[in-house]
Amino acid sequence: MSATMTQARSMPADRPTSRVQTFMSRHGAMTPTFAAVVILVLLLVGAEAFLRGDFITARTLSALLLDNAYLLVLAVGLTFVILTGGIDLSVGSVMAFTGILGAQLVASGVPVGIAIPAMLAGGSAVGLLIGVLVQRFDVQPFIASLAGLFLARGLAFVVSLASIRVEQPEILWLQQNRIRLGEWYVTPTGILALAVVAGAAVVLHLTQFGRTVYAIGGNEQSARLMGLSVARTKVSVYVISGFCGGLAGLLLTAYSGAGYPRNGIGTELDAIAAVVIGGTLLTGGRGYVLGSLIGVLVFGTIKTIISFMGAEQSWMQIIVGALLLLFIVVQRAIVARSVRRR
Amino acid sequence: MTRIWKHRLFWPSAALLVLITINSIARPRFLTITMRDGDLYGALIDILRNSAPLMLVALGMTLVIATRGIDLSVGAVMAVSGAVALTVIDGSPDPGNLGTVLVAIGFAVLVALVLGAWNGFLVAALGIQPIIATLVLMLAGRGVALLITGGFITTVNSAPFSYIASGYLLVLPFAVFVSAAAIALIAVVERRTALGVLTEAVGINPEASRLAGVRSRSIVWGAYIVSGTLAGVAGIIYASNIRAADANSAGWLIELYAILAVVLGGTSLAGGKFSIAGTVLGVLIIQTLEATILFLGVPSAQSPVFFAIVVIAVVMVQSPWVRGGLSKLTRSRRPQAVAEPERTKVAA
Amino acid sequence: MTMLVDTEVPPIVEMRGITIQFPGVLALDHVDFLLRPGEVHAIMGENGAGKSTLIKALTGVYSVDSGTMTVAGVKRTFASTADAQDAGIATVYQEVNLCPNLTVGENVMLGHVPRRGGTIDWRATHAEATRHLHSLGLTIDPRSLLSAHSIAIQQLVAISRAMVLQAKVLVLDEPTSSLDRDEVEQLFGVIRELRATGVAIIFISHFLDQVYEISDRITVLRNGALVGEHRTAELPRDTLVTEMIGRELDDLTALSGTAHRLIDRTGEPVLRAEGIGKRGVLEPADLDVYPGEVVGLAGLLGSGRTELVRLLYGADRPDAGHVTVHGAPAKLTSPRHAIDHRISFSSEDRRGEGIVADLTVAENIVLGIQARRGWTRKIRKSEQDALVAEYIEALGVRPANPDAVVGNLSGGNQQKVLLARWLATAPELLVLDEPTRGIDVGAKADIQRKVAELSARGLSVIFISSELEEVLRLAQRIAVLRDRRKIGELDSADVDLDGLIDYLANEHEGSVA
Repeated sequence: MSATMTQARSMPADRPTSRVQTFMSRHGAMTPTFAAVVILVLLLVGAEAFLRGDFITARTLSALLLDNAYLLVLAVGLTFVILTGGIDLSVGSVMAFTGILGAQLVASGVPVGIAIPAMLAGGSAVGLLIGVLVQRFDVQPFIASLAGLFLARGLAFVVSLASIRVEQPEILWLQQNRIRLGEWYVTPTGILALAVVAGAAVVLHLTQFGRTVYAIGGNEQSARLMGLSVARTKVSVYVISGFCGGLAGLLLTAYSGAGYPRNGIGTELDAIAAVVIGGTLLTGGRGYVLGSLIGVLVFGTIKTIISFMGAEQSWMQIIVGALLLLFIVVQRAIVARSVRRR
Repeated sequence: MTRIWKHRLFWPSAALLVLITINSIARPRFLTITMRDGDLYGALIDILRNSAPLMLVALGMTLVIATRGIDLSVGAVMAVSGAVALTVIDGSPDPGNLGTVLVAIGFAVLVALVLGAWNGFLVAALGIQPIIATLVLMLAGRGVALLITGGFITTVNSAPFSYIASGYLLVLPFAVFVSAAAIALIAVVERRTALGVLTEAVGINPEASRLAGVRSRSIVWGAYIVSGTLAGVAGIIYASNIRAADANSAGWLIELYAILAVVLGGTSLAGGKFSIAGTVLGVLIIQTLEATILFLGVPSAQSPVFFAIVVIAVVMVQSPWVRGGLSKLTRSRRPQAVAEPERTKVAA
Repeated sequence: MTMLVDTEVPPIVEMRGITIQFPGVLALDHVDFLLRPGEVHAIMGENGAGKSTLIKALTGVYSVDSGTMTVAGVKRTFASTADAQDAGIATVYQEVNLCPNLTVGENVMLGHVPRRGGTIDWRATHAEATRHLHSLGLTIDPRSLLSAHSIAIQQLVAISRAMVLQAKVLVLDEPTSSLDRDEVEQLFGVIRELRATGVAIIFISHFLDQVYEISDRITVLRNGALVGEHRTAELPRDTLVTEMIGRELDDLTALSGTAHRLIDRTGEPVLRAEGIGKRGVLEPADLDVYPGEVVGLAGLLGSGRTELVRLLYGADRPDAGHVTVHGAPAKLTSPRHAIDHRISFSSEDRRGEGIVADLTVAENIVLGIQARRGWTRKIRKSEQDALVAEYIEALGVRPANPDAVVGNLSGGNQQKVLLARWLATAPELLVLDEPTRGIDVGAKADIQRKVAELSARGLSVIFISSELEEVLRLAQRIAVLRDRRKIGELDSADVDLDGLIDYLANEHEGSVA
């Protein structure tokens, strides 16, 4: 471009803006995630103050990751899907299916080195089916993933009607081996989960694929017109979610020492709630995997608080449901306000 | 002759007939109906009775879908309704008392109605997407049901209550009458009043309806109230059948079965024109299919696989790609056009 | 049709004999279009003229039935929008086709972001974006989210992106519809920059003043055919408007008396609107309608006529002003309120806001009355049949079958069904927005006859039509709008078509650039 113009146009765009305004215009999308962090801190501090003075300990916090590693992996996979504006209701069933599949395989003598990839492949296959239905056949994501839920849940019972214990040391090692750092401890499952978070963050922010995911969520039509490979990406996010379902199946099997076809009933809703609480908009285009991590921690903290209080676990579902509703209503209000301002 | 072919109830009726035929060939006693002590028994009677909860839920779902919405909370509402009814009965001095049972049922259905109104509030008044709005209750509802039952599966021994699911009235099971009453009531209200046409108008073109002065908000709200109420009654039937309130299993996955029934019956998920008769056929198809699967010896826990295949097949056939491919055989050349930019983003 | 001759610089885009046929409609009829590098070329025409079809042919959305398209000297056929983009043709639509959730810099560079070791190099991305924005004279923070900016800025970002893609042709589709005066100036500055660097710009707009300000040439289309191509400086406004809307054969001489009917304006007006307006949509305007009067709204597309009547009806909520009905103040903030005051409104968007396509003719006609009665009181079948038959007969709906699905009817018959719906509600004031657009000549005549007849019997009508003859024929008084402002009122007895066109095109009121 030639530089034939004389001076940079002085226009409304560069009215002297305050540092706050600049910051908000750059990072305004992080506000919901920031709110999630605030909620987490409030929960922890509140529990410490009003519940038991020894709530915030290395033990409790380490257990937080340990107990919810599987949910974290599910939430990360789900984040990819929700960022594109879709939804995946099958993740809990996929987790159960791959878990019992893996348990069955190793119980039949298949080496762990084959069983684990089989689990991951099984999850990815279900994801691929959903992705193709959504992209190629224009099926609404919730119907396609609901069909996936049915399929995976049924297949889990086809593999086995009852639970199967897992005794392979390689698998159990994932959960039982504790790496200690002072009072803190972490297991391979926890490290795996955190690695998944880190990997996802890198992909979403530093690769063309990741940026396409965000673009689709922002405006799919525009993304297509901008020449991005929308079709391929839309299918891929469901494959990723299925893969994460398979991985979560592995983690859960290691955690409980068995595969159980009734696992994960309702877990998809917990995962969706965690993702939404973490600041990802269900309408797509905005959100961070780190936010989903925070959301899972919030979820786990509430669960721990409830068990510490000796209250019934059914409160868990109600509170999470209420929180989800709150976040959705607030999200809607923000969207409505920004539309009216235009 | 071609007019029958094009009638929208043709395909569901044909599918049901095919299913019944296959069954009667594989199981000679399938079509047999016997009379014992003045009551009718048989595989067909079983199908009619067992389909009652799904029938009620699917009817409500039809209305909600007609307004371009969806109700994912019906299973959870069933669980709550059962929990409320059984808790009232269990806590009363005489569980076998008819009056107690009637009060329990009334209260439970009332609670379900309120839950339906809550969904309607979120969708019609706050403008939240139906999928998301009803997802909340889907999540929290079972928790509420568990709380009500104190975390246990409350069981009761109450003759009047058990009558609902297993009792007979005249020659047919009482549950069949409940189904029939619901079908008749909805059909009459929708078609004898203007509610059906106005609902369809709202679903087909919400903006044109608004400009014409249609009270869209009330109609949408009403649809969710009906859906919740019917789910409440379905929950009563379910609880009566197992004589217990099982917050986790009550209505599990019934949402998808209901949606499938509506779609099989010819109502489009995009909203607009709906068919009560179509939904009835859809429910019967599903119930017959379930009975077939069970008869083949497949454990009921595995039956979702079959339904997944059916759902996938149905949505694939209805997809624009397949439709376009079929019409390509008879299409005249026309300039291609890029798809319209989506106005609203559907988060599911 | 003016013969186009190549002069001076060879064209960057040359379209010859472009014809596109849709079922039942000849959208483009052997249209020629020439675009030279370094010029701003406006395409003008009313709805249905073929403007958007021509652009869609150029940008690869539609394929042409016959004719040739040459871009930069190379003959081209575009099978998709991607093909057109590869050929150097970029489009910026009204709904800016960018991703609002991404940053400005990312939107500019998406698909061409610099990498470092396999991953995205954000610093370089934002630096490059800044460079491109600067070359258009823009200093927008590349790290800010696109959604944090106004539509005006977003459009400029879209233009920057087009330059990243090294577009030789930039199509701007209604770029100024949502912009205020300063933003328009800013946009024009950018356009002038681009022109100076040799980019060819196609400028589609209804705003006459802006077209005269920025464009070098104007191509006029009407009814799918090329009417003329002119240098802007040599084209008087009157000629432009005449070319755009043309003249029709007047076969409705029987109605010539309508416009000259005397209206009694001594009593209370049926409707009086004072200062009705909405920020960004319409400048505050006044309007009175007396019993039995037909008030016509004249102006080109985009002048604000539809916006005004939508505000009056309550289809959109006004920011300012108030309304009285029969002298009593009325809050018309929703269609239900208007209907309660016996005001009915027929939208110009027949398909999107008028017909309920999957319902029958009968169901569509009674929808208005049924909505008013509420769902509990269904109209009796016998009553409905009689009413529907009466209207089918009176308006000449074809096919005369009350159970026909409305979606299958022709445009003209759909419009008649809509008219029947509104008439069935027995309104005192009927607002008709473009009731004759896109329908056959016979149906046009029928509808105009009906309006004349009803107004003679006491119905008040607000009548909008781009066909100024129709307005002159039916209305006693004409309110003229331009560029989202009401610029004046005329008594139709005092003016003829030429005079109205002149007033519409040239009359200035208040401060206009």
